[in-house]
Amino acid sequence: MGGARTMRTRPGETEQHAAATKRHATNRQAVIRRHGTTALRRWGGVVSMALACLLAAVAVAFVPALPQLRGDTGRGGDGGASGGERLTQAAPARADDCESPESSLRPSPEDGPTIEKIKQRKVKKLIVGVDQNSYRWGYRDPNKSVGELEGFDIDLAREIAEKLLGDRNAVVFRAIPTNQRIPAIQSGQVDMVVRTMTINCERIKDVAFSTAYFETGQQVLAPKTSGITGYNETLKGKKVCSAAGSTAESALKEKSFGADIRTTVPNQLDCLVRLQLGEVDAVVTDSALAAGQAAQDPTVQLKGKEPFTTEYYGVAMRKDADDLVRRVNGVLDDYRKDKDGWRHSYNKWLAADLGKSAGPPNPKYKD
Amino acid sequence: MDRLRAAATTEPGRLRAIGAVLAALVLAFGAITTWQTTSRADAADRVLNRSQPLSNDAAAIYRSLADANTAASSGFLAGGQEPAKVRERYRRDIDRASEKLATAAANAGSDSSSATSVSELNKLLPQYTALIERARANNRQGLPLGGAYLRYANDTMQTQMLPAAEKLYKAENKRLNGDYADAKPYPWLAIAFGVAALAALGWAQRRNYRRTNRVFNTGLVAATTAAAVALLWLLAGHTFARSGLNESYEDGVKSLNVLNDARISSLKARSNENLTLVSRGAETVAVGSATKDKFDVAYQRQMARLAGGEGGGNGGGLLDEAAKLADDESGERPVETAAKNVTEWKDRHKSARASDDAGDYEGALDAVIGAKSGEAAATAPSTGESFDNVDAALDLALTHELREFRSAAQDGKGAMAGLPVGAAVLAVLGAAAAVIGIGRRLSEYR
Repeated sequence: MGGARTMRTRPGETEQHAAATKRHATNRQAVIRRHGTTALRRWGGVVSMALACLLAAVAVAFVPALPQLRGDTGRGGDGGASGGERLTQAAPARADDCESPESSLRPSPEDGPTIEKIKQRKVKKLIVGVDQNSYRWGYRDPNKSVGELEGFDIDLAREIAEKLLGDRNAVVFRAIPTNQRIPAIQSGQVDMVVRTMTINCERIKDVAFSTAYFETGQQVLAPKTSGITGYNETLKGKKVCSAAGSTAESALKEKSFGADIRTTVPNQLDCLVRLQLGEVDAVVTDSALAAGQAAQDPTVQLKGKEPFTTEYYGVAMRKDADDLVRRVNGVLDDYRKDKDGWRHSYNKWLAADLGKSAGPPNPKYKD
Repeated sequence: MDRLRAAATTEPGRLRAIGAVLAALVLAFGAITTWQTTSRADAADRVLNRSQPLSNDAAAIYRSLADANTAASSGFLAGGQEPAKVRERYRRDIDRASEKLATAAANAGSDSSSATSVSELNKLLPQYTALIERARANNRQGLPLGGAYLRYANDTMQTQMLPAAEKLYKAENKRLNGDYADAKPYPWLAIAFGVAALAALGWAQRRNYRRTNRVFNTGLVAATTAAAVALLWLLAGHTFARSGLNESYEDGVKSLNVLNDARISSLKARSNENLTLVSRGAETVAVGSATKDKFDVAYQRQMARLAGGEGGGNGGGLLDEAAKLADDESGERPVETAAKNVTEWKDRHKSARASDDAGDYEGALDAVIGAKSGEAAATAPSTGESFDNVDAALDLALTHELREFRSAAQDGKGAMAGLPVGAAVLAVLGAAAAVIGIGRRLSEYR
């Protein structure tokens, strides 16, 4: 992880990444914002849109000082405290037809038809789609008690079950491959998906998301000895692996720098298998997951100084399940503030690989 | 010219010609019998000592590979340190598979389809075991990467190795059927020549009687006897051989094929049952309008193949077929045991699924691989136990049917023993006797 840490603590070149997010300017802002995290956090969440540009300019001033600053505090940031105003700014970069996919419904403690239905089940349990292959997020430690899943996402799923049904263990976990997350929700196979799922404009057409609970971005993972330096021209002619149906796959399809991107697998971890077997040269996945891969293999590292996109994880639910979305947003609100909540879980699972966190992203609402 | 005309018109000339034709007919009969029975005896020998053992080996390769994969997934389910029993089973399976692959490679010969499958498997087997070892190493570290390696290994097994093994099994079975087809047909040509030789001998003796009024010509009688004995031996020997081979096929090979299929189905069912828990609903298929777990659907399909239609009762499964084919009590008993254990397995599986669907994953796991520790471990019923019982019973049935096959085929092959040589000797004697018999008549003209 040392390698990954050094790679991710310095501010990076941004121009080459521009194509992925389409706009140079906003992309640069995204990077700056992430680096300005520590400083910006102090202003809290009540800064107006008009101030945003000024803020960016101020942030630019911080950049030269950042390497040293970050070197001291570890590699925090991508778990990042993102102020609400910065989210607003990020939105235009995502897509022109959808302003801010991270905006969800305001919390409400009311039970609606969806929650009623869950409570009336013969076996009163919440059915949650998770991953069992993402180290530190949702995985099975083969040496621990038989078949128990654990990780950051699993903690969150249990928290939601406790708040909804009064029992942390009232959860049925269903492992779901990356490209089955949306179909599983739509078919009613699961009530919700808590599985490092990025909120984006494409997906909100099919499912409803909670407010953001984690900030991350796509990053390249390759062997330490590899000539690949990041999401750039060094990928030319290399074989790059991604999970089918993942954000990484879409990003690579949009711009691959001449890489061979035919290898897609059901789960991001399967990419590490291919990488270790020499079947591919690099992996593209969320930096949070890539860090989990690097933690399992000390000979690989995250490439590029920073993730080349900015994304947020959310809990996905049925598109018409407004009551459930509001309830989950309520749970997330408490979870962010709670001492035993978000921070506790972050420190337990992610701090070792991702460094100190500035805190959860602030919620955004559309109503 | 004169001699030729003399041969055709004078009695001594005619006698010489008749003698030559008789000797030639009897010798031809002997030669054809020897040739045809030799090729049939060879085919029968191949059935017994080559193609059947090879087809059995191919089934063993398939079974060992499928079983190794099942053991690997069971080991994964049981946690980082798989139970010694499971590890031992995996090791034995891999040993057996590579041993049988070596035999198959040595015997594949010119059969290119077998040779391709064997070399494919020889290439894949070390790759597969390497993946499993990596999975184990990562499992021990507590890393989910182990599970990813296991999935990759399973994928290699399911999509490349098992199809290659199945191809090999089919090729070997084709060869077995070909050898049966070579061993069984009646040697019509030899029979025709035998009948012709006898007819010619009879005609010659009748002619002799008419012209000389002597009832017997010792030489010709001896020749007739020799030819008749050879023909009877041929007919009887072949009929016995055929019935032996038919019996070995009907009672042996057919049962063996069905039992091998049943065992493979039970292995596949078990492997899918494990994978249902390994993948935890990760993969689904649409069945009608419902979405179901891919591996559970595959499990149900194999169980239906094994035990007949859903809910049982209406028969039609491989086990029913095996029971019908079993021709004695010691063949029926293990099949009955297997069927009883399959029923139990199904019941236990149902309750395991119920536990899993209710969110009690650990309960389901215990019901499938058996409780790992505590007092419950010794007594807790698990589907794994049922599967082991089914497997053991089918193994017993297979051993029995193999014995049946061998003894019937041995009888069949034995019935033809000595026939090629005997027919040749008899033919030479018969031809000599015919020549002597005719010579006796000829000498009367000097």
